[in-house]
Amino acid sequence: MAQGVFVICEQQDGAFRKISYEAVSEGRRQADSLNTDLTALVLGGGVTEMAADLEKFGPDKILVADDPALTDYSTEAYTTVCTHAIKSRDPMVIITGASTQGKDLSARLAARLDAGLAMDCVAIRIENDQLIYTRPMFGGKILAEINIIGTPHIVAIRSNVMAITESSMTCTIDQLDIQVDEPKTKVIDKKLESGDKVELTEADVIVSGGRGTGGDYGAIEELAALLNGAVGASRSAVDEGWRPHSDQVGQTGKVVSPNLYVACGISGAIQHLAGMSTSKNIVAINKDSEAPIFSKADFGVAGDLFEVIPEIIKEVKKIKE
Amino acid sequence: MDVVVLVKQVPDTESLIQIEGDGVSIKTDDIKWVMNPYDELAVEAALQIKEAKGGTVTILSLGPEKTVETIRTALAMGADKGVHIFDPAADGSDALSKGKLLAAALKTLPFDLVIAGMRAVDEDNYQVGSAVAELLDIPQISQVTKVAVEDQTIKCHRVIEGGTVVVEATLPALFTTQRGLNEPRYASLPGIMKAKKKPIDTLSLADLGIDPETVGPAGRKVKVAVLNFPPDRKTVKMVDGGNPGEMAAKLVKILHEDVKAI
Ligand SMILES: Cc1cc2nc3c(=O)[nH]c(=O)nc-3n(C[C@H](O)[C@H](O)[C@H](O)COP(=O)(O)OP(=O)(O)OC[C@H]3O[C@@H](n4cnc5c(N)ncnc54)[C@H](O)[C@@H]3O)c2cc1C
Ligand SMILES: Nc1ncnc2c1ncn2[C@@H]1O[C@H](COP(=O)(O)O)[C@@H](O)[C@H]1O
Repeated sequence: MAQGVFVICEQQDGAFRKISYEAVSEGRRQADSLNTDLTALVLGGGVTEMAADLEKFGPDKILVADDPALTDYSTEAYTTVCTHAIKSRDPMVIITGASTQGKDLSARLAARLDAGLAMDCVAIRIENDQLIYTRPMFGGKILAEINIIGTPHIVAIRSNVMAITESSMTCTIDQLDIQVDEPKTKVIDKKLESGDKVELTEADVIVSGGRGTGGDYGAIEELAALLNGAVGASRSAVDEGWRPHSDQVGQTGKVVSPNLYVACGISGAIQHLAGMSTSKNIVAINKDSEAPIFSKADFGVAGDLFEVIPEIIKEVKKIKE
Repeated sequence: MDVVVLVKQVPDTESLIQIEGDGVSIKTDDIKWVMNPYDELAVEAALQIKEAKGGTVTILSLGPEKTVETIRTALAMGADKGVHIFDPAADGSDALSKGKLLAAALKTLPFDLVIAGMRAVDEDNYQVGSAVAELLDIPQISQVTKVAVEDQTIKCHRVIEGGTVVVEATLPALFTTQRGLNEPRYASLPGIMKAKKKPIDTLSLADLGIDPETVGPAGRKVKVAVLNFPPDRKTVKMVDGGNPGEMAAKLVKILHEDVKAI
């Protein structure tokens, strides 16, 4: 009978992505509630040494698939290796991040294993011995609670939602014996941004600007940098060409759940709210005190962003000193 | 180059979504149905490829009777023909079953390239494209922002966390669209007139050789237990004050001391 929790971890160029720690921590919690083991699976080229970084989040076992052919993510190669690991161990639940890679991999894997998938899941719980997965639909207008029939269950968790917790378990690290065929897709070029830019979906703080910025993101960028955060944008700002598409938050942009989301000069259209309504704390700064964004915010400032943000920067600097 | 585009009809993003009395489905009466925004990008990409390379663009859609309207919209944009999988037994299929149905239909069509949206803005599954690619045993590249098609390969840019990668795949292949790929055209009036005469084939489960027990409600691996509305936020606390400096000081104090977000 299928048992055990499996977590597929994600790394890039020698570092685990934050979502991997979230996934292993959540995996530990679920393995404890199910009274079963947690296995973390690490795939990549030259990843054997870094695999031990996961130990503090509590896996019972770490499985490493280390092969030059796995250096760059490839749907085919990763699906094949994961399938091999899963088939030989028959886990009940497989958790991965709902990152760009995790979405691609979990969906392909679900089809290969003919398994049910809870995509972009924000909560997992057990009720009457049944696992229940909560996932937003319709741009977050609805929260669906779903059951998965049969095993394994595949669950891709939303970034920045599940807590990272450490645990004092000891674990074993094993190498997975794998063979990777020449894949039909290959990465022919890769451009990574410089190290200090915070990825929007992983950021604890996001300062977002909309049409109200008139294209001037100076103060927004300064505040974001001061808070170690990232800059986001509404679609109007992207359409104006002020910000790249990768900064867009919303139903046709990124879905983010930072600890703090500061919406500046954003009216609060339903499609924008779809991307940020699960943020823990929402601040809106808008010169129109009737703007719909205020109905979805926790704290509001009715004022001109060009006057308010520089003052916020001053206050934050005072705290930091 | 023969391109098949997977197109889904979804509620307009402005729609008010209400939960049906059964607690597990949504009310569909007052909804305005439109083409999934990511599928508009897919249709546009297909038309651009056809304009550059020749060939055909076929629209493949699974859904109830009214799905035909969305297929017509794609034909009015310039696609050549439509294929509609329409069978009440397929209603209530989950994403994987939808993938099975679409893949079965694709096996009856000639194609070099399949284009899907990265996600449909109804259930937000981000799943059907990958399922179709797997079931057809062809490579996939998801969330593509730029594409170049050659004779035997496609080269796609995809934006990943912290950067961009360029991925090459041999054809036949499938890719899914991400915003930034293009600006979809609108259907022109002559386009709408022409679309009325373009063929739309209808396929049933029997035509596809699919056992009704393996799809629809019986085939679901994902079962909705209940739908809820997200919890309401507390009403906004407006930070007041005579001037921007005072408001900023109050706000930062709250964020630092009360909610500890700074
Ligand atoms: C299919 C579809 C998908 C969409 N997807 C998205 C999406 O993913 N993300 C998204 O954001 N939108 C999306 N939209 C667009 C959305 O409907 C809105 O048009 C958009 O969010 C508005 O952007 P905005 O708030 O920046 O601009 P506006 O609505 O023009 O609001 C600007 C705001 O700035 C305020 N303002 C002006 N000057 C100042 C100042 N000096 N100081 C303070 N405040 C000021 C104004 O009071 C106003 O409230 C989508 C639309 C459709 C149809
Ligand atoms: N019923 C359907 N008919 C045709 N294509 C679909 C259907 N459902 C999903 N797709 C395609 O798969 C993509 C992703 O959908 P989803 O996995 O539901 O988020 C969509 O953008 C479409 O291209």
